[in-house]
Amino acid sequence: MTSVLYDAPGPRAKRRNVLLSLLFLVLLLLGLWWAWTMMSDKGQLDWAKWEPWLADSESWTTYLLPGLANTLKAAGLAMVIALPLGALFGIARLSDHRWVRVPAAAVVEFFRAIPVLILMVFANQFYSASTDISVDSRPMYAVVTGLVLYNASVLAEIVRAGILSLPKGQTEAAKAIGLRKGQTMTSVLLPQSVTAMLPALVSQLVVIVKDTALGGAMLSFAELLSARKTAASYYASVIPSFIVVAVVYIVLNLILTSLASWLERRMRRSKKSTGAVVGPEALENLETIGPKTIRMDHGENAGGGAGGGGGGG
Amino acid sequence: MFDFLEDYDLLEAFWMTVKLTVFAGIGSLVWGTLLAAMRVSPVPVMRWFGTAYVNIVRNIPLTVIIVFSSLGLADVFGITLGAADDVDVMSFRLAVLGLGAYTAAFVCEAVRSGINTVPVGQAEAARALGLSFSQVLGLIVLPQAFRSVIGPLTNVLIALTKNTTVAAAIGVAEAALLMKEMIENEAQLFLIAGIFAFGFVVLTLPTGLILGWLGKRMAVKR
Repeated sequence: MTSVLYDAPGPRAKRRNVLLSLLFLVLLLLGLWWAWTMMSDKGQLDWAKWEPWLADSESWTTYLLPGLANTLKAAGLAMVIALPLGALFGIARLSDHRWVRVPAAAVVEFFRAIPVLILMVFANQFYSASTDISVDSRPMYAVVTGLVLYNASVLAEIVRAGILSLPKGQTEAAKAIGLRKGQTMTSVLLPQSVTAMLPALVSQLVVIVKDTALGGAMLSFAELLSARKTAASYYASVIPSFIVVAVVYIVLNLILTSLASWLERRMRRSKKSTGAVVGPEALENLETIGPKTIRMDHGENAGGGAGGGGGGG
Repeated sequence: MFDFLEDYDLLEAFWMTVKLTVFAGIGSLVWGTLLAAMRVSPVPVMRWFGTAYVNIVRNIPLTVIIVFSSLGLADVFGITLGAADDVDVMSFRLAVLGLGAYTAAFVCEAVRSGINTVPVGQAEAARALGLSFSQVLGLIVLPQAFRSVIGPLTNVLIALTKNTTVAAAIGVAEAALLMKEMIENEAQLFLIAGIFAFGFVVLTLPTGLILGWLGKRMAVKR
């Protein structure tokens, strides 16, 4: 892979690159060696600390898998509930009527400016004060509520970007055959924008999965991170448990990320769609705050690679 | 109605949020730019390291990173960042370290996308003059890339401001931790939530507006 930033290396540059590679490798190995000696000094490399994770299924069946199941359950529920809400607000922001557009925009911008943890803590207290949800299931409700409030507002922007990404001819054609505004939206624009949005929705799932861990740390929601805590104290294995849990998160999110980019490639190729796609990286390019422009933030960090064409408003 | 507020130091908590944001922001900007430079460099090992770092860090929840910095780095490895005797200072520094390391991955991606917005001709012209990779990047490409990257970096900064609340998980006395305490002790649920929500809106909205305007002004018109 040659880059435009440097020429194809000649003999001197090749030597320099090899030298730099070696230097960097030495530094990297020094760092790794330091970490390794740290680990062995503190006894974190003992087989006794690793055995429960690598050679014993009990740690998985008793602790990690139920935790992971809760993580996925909360993330899935939040997505399913937030999507229709988001669609509603996204469409409301595109309305021709100022009295619909402005409040919808205000609600969306408000919930996007607030940390998801604040929403979770609020929901937790609200459920304990004014509902009779049992103490056991309350954290789950609180986490899902917090995630829904925040992500519905992010999804509203994705939906809006999806609809705006469709070619203008779609609306014009719908008008030409005499469809009303509502019909145009429900039978022409929405179905197409859903396919255009799919990759961005899958990327948003990564953000939601990562945010569930907050509930584990702050509201004692029994998900993967708090399962790690219980297991780590049971097996007296701190560092290995962190490494194992981090690997589980990484694998899960990489699967989601690659699914998103596969979907995006498929959408761009497919004959049926108009070729309009709101890809994961569009989330990063949507511009800064303002009622007219679409802005995406990483929230707890939307995925996606380097910027391609975004669906600016 | 508002008299219970006298028992709590709201400004102190939000000041902690601001401090976390500023320190982690500066750290992540430096480290993220370095990572971006590695990812476009002619040295394969550096490219590989940058890519691996970004993909690993971006897919771990920030909460896991922050909790690890306290339970792993501090408790097991004894990395106390020069504040072994003062728990508050130590957890603040650990939180800054965790936030900075995490946010750097996003800064890196934003800067890299900025590098992609610089027309190929610019780099080609620089190479034609015989500039080396570091000169091409430092004198020609990065200055232009940074101007067009203000918008995306603003989003990273706003996300960081909101992410500082995660530091509450290791007991840093910032806004979210104070809110949790207040909300459990006082009966004014909606009022307290409203105050904290307003606080974050005050922190993020002007930042977004000012930097958004600046980004539009600074962007290289092409």
